[in-house]
Amino acid sequence: MTKKFQSIISKFTPAISLTVICLLWLAVSEGELIPNYMLPSPVEVVKAFISEFPILAAHSAVTLQEAVYGLLLGTALGFAFAVLMDRFNFLYKALYPILVVSQTIPTIAIAPVLVLWMGFSMAPKITLVVITTFFPITVSLLDGFKSVSDDEINLLRSMGAGNIKIFRHIKLPAALEQFFSGLKVSASYAVVGAVISEWLGGFEGLGVYMTRVKKAYAFDKMFAVILLISAVSLLLMGVVALLKWLSMPHKRGKNK
Amino acid sequence: MSLLRAENITVSFENVRIIEDISLSVAEGETVSLLGVSGAGKTTLFNVLSGLYAPDEGKIYFDGEDITGKAGKISYMLQKDLLLPHKKVIDNAALPLVIRGMAKKEAREKAESHLREFGLEGTGNKYPHQLSGGMRQRVAFLRTYLASEKAALLDEPFSALDSITKSAIHRWFLSVMKEIKLSVLFVTHDIDEAILLSDRVFLLTGKPGKITEEIIIDLPGEKSERNPMSREFIAYKEEIIRKIGII
Repeated sequence: MTKKFQSIISKFTPAISLTVICLLWLAVSEGELIPNYMLPSPVEVVKAFISEFPILAAHSAVTLQEAVYGLLLGTALGFAFAVLMDRFNFLYKALYPILVVSQTIPTIAIAPVLVLWMGFSMAPKITLVVITTFFPITVSLLDGFKSVSDDEINLLRSMGAGNIKIFRHIKLPAALEQFFSGLKVSASYAVVGAVISEWLGGFEGLGVYMTRVKKAYAFDKMFAVILLISAVSLLLMGVVALLKWLSMPHKRGKNK
Repeated sequence: MSLLRAENITVSFENVRIIEDISLSVAEGETVSLLGVSGAGKTTLFNVLSGLYAPDEGKIYFDGEDITGKAGKISYMLQKDLLLPHKKVIDNAALPLVIRGMAKKEAREKAESHLREFGLEGTGNKYPHQLSGGMRQRVAFLRTYLASEKAALLDEPFSALDSITKSAIHRWFLSVMKEIKLSVLFVTHDIDEAILLSDRVFLLTGKPGKITEEIIIDLPGEKSERNPMSREFIAYKEEIIRKIGII
């Protein structure tokens, strides 16, 4: 009986901690410990979210579109890089340092340049998402490919397999686990990347909405959009988790 | 008539000679063991025989054909089962057939038809992580057999198993070998295992590794009746220990 009780408690722990934080937030803002214009109460945030919902939905459709296109392109690019760098060692040596350095450039610094080059359309936003998402994919896939042991490769060679069959039967499946870890990181970057690029120029999207409400000091709407961005990121990460579950049947029910 | 024949194989790595002038042959359906201490070049010899790389000197013939440096003719099994975790037992076993270009469905059917013979009934749809170490080696052996129904190289296939599982798998191995016509070259450092399973034993010793002795195991009756406690068995063991010990 106590064991069952414990398992229920552990299941609801995250929900409980979240509730506690929300209650604290409510207490702080209702008790006016922090002035209301600086920290709106959660009730106001929810109200703002509901009243602004049609506008938020339209903007988030744009942002989500940029994030998804960018993520798909970034994944394709990351995959191509990883495969070529794994196959040709000189490409690995030539490209790896450049890839690492490219990730040290702050997104916020390249975003305006991209706008200058490509205009206010969707192109610079998607490009920025591609730049931020392909790196985790490349690195995770490369690690996955390299995790295959020489013994496994030799075994397939002894069966007469060439590079393509070795890739298809052992390297790719062995890299799936890492690939999905990378994709999860990339999915969370994608939405944030799209929002940041919208800050710096554009006509629609959650980032544009965010700059507008910030300038109007409408902090309740600001918090509402932050919540929405988190929700959209979580949604994308959920899709990734679902894809992983679908493509790795042998892992089901194993890591419980 | 020998099915697999190696003649005067010599291999060096970076000017260090690993194995020198090794000649051996395995007849159809025969089990021959290669017994030697670690570092005598057993694994190198195996890689060469399986065609993963060519020897510096010497030739390998399979069924009369020169297969020196050609992979895909003789199958290979290691101490590690190397089953692919993402494939079901049936697909792991059928892998060599698929690699050779057989349609997936047909390959599965063929693997399926051997499950009983290899004591793997009912495991076809399981994943490797759901099986015990002994069962996994059975799957690996079936995969090896499907890779080549004629000749297989087994590199210490049972040495990672505990001694109880090991003696069970020895019995299993002998009963399967009675059903299939497979020529086996078996590497081991376990003297009992070599005597128990083989028709002949080669001693591989020294640096570079050379074959110093050939011992024909001539015990009465079936291999499955061999008793490690019998006087004849122990006599072979003494002979082998004495001959390895000289070096």
